Amino acid sequence: MTAFWVLAPFMVLAALGLVLARKAVHAALCLAVVMISLAVLYAAQGAPFLFAVQIVVYTGAIMMLFLFVLMLVGVETAESLTETIPGQRLGAVVVALVFGALGVVGVAQSVTGAVVGVEQANEGGNVEGLAALMFGPYVLAFEATAALLITAVLGAMVLAHRERLAARLTQREVAEGRLQDYARHGTHPGQLPTPGVFARHNAVDTPALLPDGSVADASVPAPLRARDQVRPGDRAEVDAVARELEPGTGEGRDR
Amino acid sequence: MTEYLGLSMLLFTIGAAGVLVRRNAIVVFMCVELMLNAANLALVSFSRQHGELDGQLAAFFVMVVAAAEVVVGLAIIVSIYRTRRSTSVDDASLLKA
Repeated sequence: MTAFWVLAPFMVLAALGLVLARKAVHAALCLAVVMISLAVLYAAQGAPFLFAVQIVVYTGAIMMLFLFVLMLVGVETAESLTETIPGQRLGAVVVALVFGALGVVGVAQSVTGAVVGVEQANEGGNVEGLAALMFGPYVLAFEATAALLITAVLGAMVLAHRERLAARLTQREVAEGRLQDYARHGTHPGQLPTPGVFARHNAVDTPALLPDGSVADASVPAPLRARDQVRPGDRAEVDAVARELEPGTGEGRDR
Repeated sequence: MTEYLGLSMLLFTIGAAGVLVRRNAIVVFMCVELMLNAANLALVSFSRQHGELDGQLAAFFVMVVAAAEVVVGLAIIVSIYRTRRSTSVDDASLLKA
């Protein structure tokens, strides 16, 4: 029971965080907290197999998949906070409160009689007991699960597959395209400047500085620019480095 | 026992509220996962209440279905994102009459 009272407040807080967090990654972390706590509660309730499965399948596989798709999709997309249906948010909260109150009261009255506990059922081992059930009375459900998993795999492959509509560009065509861009729009045909050139740091969020000390925008990855996480180019730092290298030249030089 | 069921109900409600409130399809999806997890907790608790392992097995099947659901759902979200450049559930309204 100690595990429950220690974990339950954390789980509720993390669940609220999942709903209220502004960034999807924070929401995912909150969900991971809830899932790991649930695993501990399973272990405390005599379900060691589910404890392992919860950690491996949910916090391992499913959360990893969520984070993977988040990185693929949601980094630049911001959630709009305007309501499409007026009063929807308030209505949802009121409905949830009523539903929750109703549910908790109903559930509190649903349990009668003493707790039997699974110690006796677990006598020959929890995994063995579950296996006897799974391959005994529930074997049809188990077979249906296999069909479901194969269908899901096929569905994901079909949905994520993209047909190549145009022929693949050869290296020669890419090079010619770049030079034509240069001829028409003056786009630099070479590679983009790397972050940190002429700057104090070489982290990816540090923009390269042009010879006049201004920031070269193309040197920082686009997602960092979209999230406004570019470290500002600091003239004073550049001057300090210049002084360090050649004493007496940093200050009054004409730039 | 009642505490476990109360907590499960609370988590389920929070997840349902999240599904209603949030717009980002991925976060909505995570809220659905929270609801499934809450149901699992109730199943395991009832398993202990009655001293049978059937509840734990049901929770296991729920996990399997949840895994399959996540795979297909996230694939749908990715393919929607490819064509519409958005994961907001408000933008996917093409099927509206």
